[in-house]
Amino acid sequence: MALLEIRDLHLSMRSYDGEAHVLNGIDLALERGQIRGLVGETGCGKSLTGLSVSRLVATPPGHYARGEILFDGRNLMTLDDRAMRKLRGTRIGMIFQDPTTNLNPAFRVGEQMIDVALHAAAADVDVLGLGATASRRDKRVAAHRLAVEMLRKVGIRDPEQRVDDYPHQFSGGMRQRVLIAMALIGRPDLLIADEPTTALDVTVQAQILKLIRELVAELDLAVLLITHNLGVVAQVCSHVSVMYAGNIVEDGEVASVFRVPRHPYTTALLGAVPRAHLGRGELRGLAGVVPDLIKPPPGCRFEPRCPLAIEACTAGRPPLMLIETGHSAACIRVAERAP
Amino acid sequence: MTLLAVDKVRKVYRPRKRDGEVVALDDVSLALDAGECLGLVGESGSGKSTLARLILALEAPTSGTISYRGNELTTLPAADLLRLREKMQIVFQDPYASLNPRMTVQDIVAEPLVIHERNRPMSARARRDRVVDLLATVGLKREHLWRFPHEFSGGQRQRICIARALALEPEFLILDEPTSALDVSVQAQVLNMLQDLQQRLKLTYLFISHDLGVIRYMADRVTVMQHGRIVETGATEAVFRAPQTDYAKGLIAASAGSDLDVIASA
Repeated sequence: MALLEIRDLHLSMRSYDGEAHVLNGIDLALERGQIRGLVGETGCGKSLTGLSVSRLVATPPGHYARGEILFDGRNLMTLDDRAMRKLRGTRIGMIFQDPTTNLNPAFRVGEQMIDVALHAAAADVDVLGLGATASRRDKRVAAHRLAVEMLRKVGIRDPEQRVDDYPHQFSGGMRQRVLIAMALIGRPDLLIADEPTTALDVTVQAQILKLIRELVAELDLAVLLITHNLGVVAQVCSHVSVMYAGNIVEDGEVASVFRVPRHPYTTALLGAVPRAHLGRGELRGLAGVVPDLIKPPPGCRFEPRCPLAIEACTAGRPPLMLIETGHSAACIRVAERAP
Repeated sequence: MTLLAVDKVRKVYRPRKRDGEVVALDDVSLALDAGECLGLVGESGSGKSTLARLILALEAPTSGTISYRGNELTTLPAADLLRLREKMQIVFQDPYASLNPRMTVQDIVAEPLVIHERNRPMSARARRDRVVDLLATVGLKREHLWRFPHEFSGGQRQRICIARALALEPEFLILDEPTSALDVSVQAQVLNMLQDLQQRLKLTYLFISHDLGVIRYMADRVTVMQHGRIVETGATEAVFRAPQTDYAKGLIAASAGSDLDVIASA
């Protein structure tokens, strides 16, 4: 069974202009050992999907009309705040885009990591390798040792010294490593990484992505990697879900989806990335604009911009249809577009 | 013909006396021919933006010279420098930060014309017409004149920035990461527009980016910088196909776009 399974998740946001339907029936499954890229453009709902899994969307203004988020068989939508808080940091780890704003500048990184470790230990004593009766002092010492060990694991040199440094003493890439170490210190099963390398240089980005891949292999993690960068997906992910305007429009193994995209939006997105073989003027932009999510198009949300749209496309949301093993697309014309 | 020549430029900052000095640029030389697009790549802190600031004469080099059409920037009288500035313009990375939120599009795009009014007198009506022309050039409409920056999307804002940069009919544009803040589909539109403008208005570009795919698409030649030095320069395809230095090789190998090519072509 999948570690994480999102079924028909609907989220709307109340605003002055009306209800915006930001997630319109999300289906997604993730297993241990997989890195699933969740890719799409600004405002498509990819971050909200990630935040929904860790239940960090405030309600109100958010409102979940329908849907389930099954994590290890438990429906997270029915858990209360306390139960959810126990999961965060222990079973579900998170890292975000900007490593600078996600560390407290006033505390040593070790101090911040120890906090997380002790929080995790409160839910699961095994994290520190101590018995339930260990004194507070022993726990702190163990948490400190664990912090050093995690920093070493993510490739920070001299972790015994660095653990006492402040965030500003680390470079951007090193800070992101600290955040990854902190997210993994409670030994989570699921890591949600929201644009983890967007603020970094390409060589540092490649190192961080390699690190994530190694950690997945070593710890049997499942990773949901949220990004707008198709190149990052190609570099590190095993699977990919493509989002457009609150829907998953295509889903499958990375190689299959990128080689033969079956949804016209995926095709368009891939055509907009500057690539080696392209000559002058050959880059294809996408005509039109993203639909208004308060009054979305009645049928397929991509229909107004789609070069293949026909009358029938306006008649209701196309479901994700399985095309071949491990590859599905939400387009009624998918059968006509033989690869 | 050489439009811009940077010769053995060194720039040293001394943040605080006791901290010693930071060498931002060290022995940097490059030349730009009229009509070409030179791509400048390198990681954060490699000196790309410092070089842009020196070329625009916003700061003076510690040593070395920069000349535009044979005029050395540091020795130029202020009045001549002002005239020269009409010819050199810049578009910045973040269209959310580089437009004044309290000005209308009309005022933003007209501002260079107002600043340089002494050199090019213009009636208010003529100025308005020029702004409308400029907006049309970048694909915006007359009805946008009275709107404020927050009413536009990222791609539209970058178009406003480009219209402003074109107001004084420049010959040379520095594009400092002009599409880094944009989505790929919007980036594609802006890049194609920049190529089109370059041809139509006979512009010379210095295109700064950390995205190697974008550089490869835009640039005729490419210069790679590391720690304030130029490590490699050459024709774009030559550098991408057969990088000479280890640093350039590493940079190209690390670029995420190359993995996309590998997967898609397999």
